Amino acid sequence: MEKVDYMKLVYQFHKDMLANKFTLVYEGEITHQITKAFTSLTENKMDSYSEDASMKRKVFHVMVECLQNLSKHAEDYKVLNGKGYSGEGIFIIGRTGDCNEDYHILTGNIIQTAKVPEMEAFLKRINQLDKNGLKELFKKQMREGSLTEKGGAGLGLIDIARKTGSKLEYSFIRIDETNSFYTLRTKIIRNQHI
Amino acid sequence: MEVIKITGTDDTPNVILDTGKGVFEFSGRSLPEDVISFYGPVLQSIEEYIQSPKEKTEINIKLDYFNTASSKVILDILIYFETIAKQGKEVVVHWYYQEEDEDMEEAGEEYAEIVDVKFKMHTY
Repeated sequence: MEKVDYMKLVYQFHKDMLANKFTLVYEGEITHQITKAFTSLTENKMDSYSEDASMKRKVFHVMVECLQNLSKHAEDYKVLNGKGYSGEGIFIIGRTGDCNEDYHILTGNIIQTAKVPEMEAFLKRINQLDKNGLKELFKKQMREGSLTEKGGAGLGLIDIARKTGSKLEYSFIRIDETNSFYTLRTKIIRNQHI
Repeated sequence: MEVIKITGTDDTPNVILDTGKGVFEFSGRSLPEDVISFYGPVLQSIEEYIQSPKEKTEINIKLDYFNTASSKVILDILIYFETIAKQGKEVVVHWYYQEEDEDMEEAGEEYAEIVDVKFKMHTY
């Protein structure tokens, strides 16, 4: 068996994070406590370079919805002490844009292959809608939808699309017959005219 | 009638349910770990209130952030109050938002479009 050079690996991770301008990478259980820790970490960081209020709000909002999607919708979730949920997944936040002026949030989690078509159709539908269409869909879902026992309202992705004004980027990578890996990239572009 | 007060935290709002005066308030941040267990008792109190409401009901909403699960619950709350407005009681929702927070302003306007209750918008 090939021996792993962990010392080199750490350095490689470090370089990869810098090269990709990732400011936070996490893989594992996503709980409410982690959601709160990551959002406050990111808020503090944005405060340290006086990020403007509107960008801060948008990043915060998208982070919460993405992390809650992971904790509630990831296939591999657990019920915590009879209250709250935790799902497994990967969460990344990084800078993007020509002058690093924008942000993007990337998530990945396992979903049942059988659920892929429905999920994909939903994402496509969101991406086809304009500002007004998204607003109407949000209102419709709020009126007609009901909260799942995990506290999902089916509004997170619609809301992300509305708040950022960017199309959602996604992919489904087939792991095997039962499982697929769902990735989502959300961009928060400065001065995006929504 | 007693006044129910819930002190807010970094992820749950301050809630005041003054059923004796007909005044209801929600302020702060709302992204509870378990939206159902947090808002369940609140919804229950409001449901009881609308059985024998005051002539005038005032709802003050001054949230600086709420997640989408909370947005659904806020609609449920407003729909309860809409029921008594339809019965001819006076119901006013005061919706507060920070001046530059367009998303929060828009959220208020959307609720006003969905529920048939008088809304007054305020900046703070």
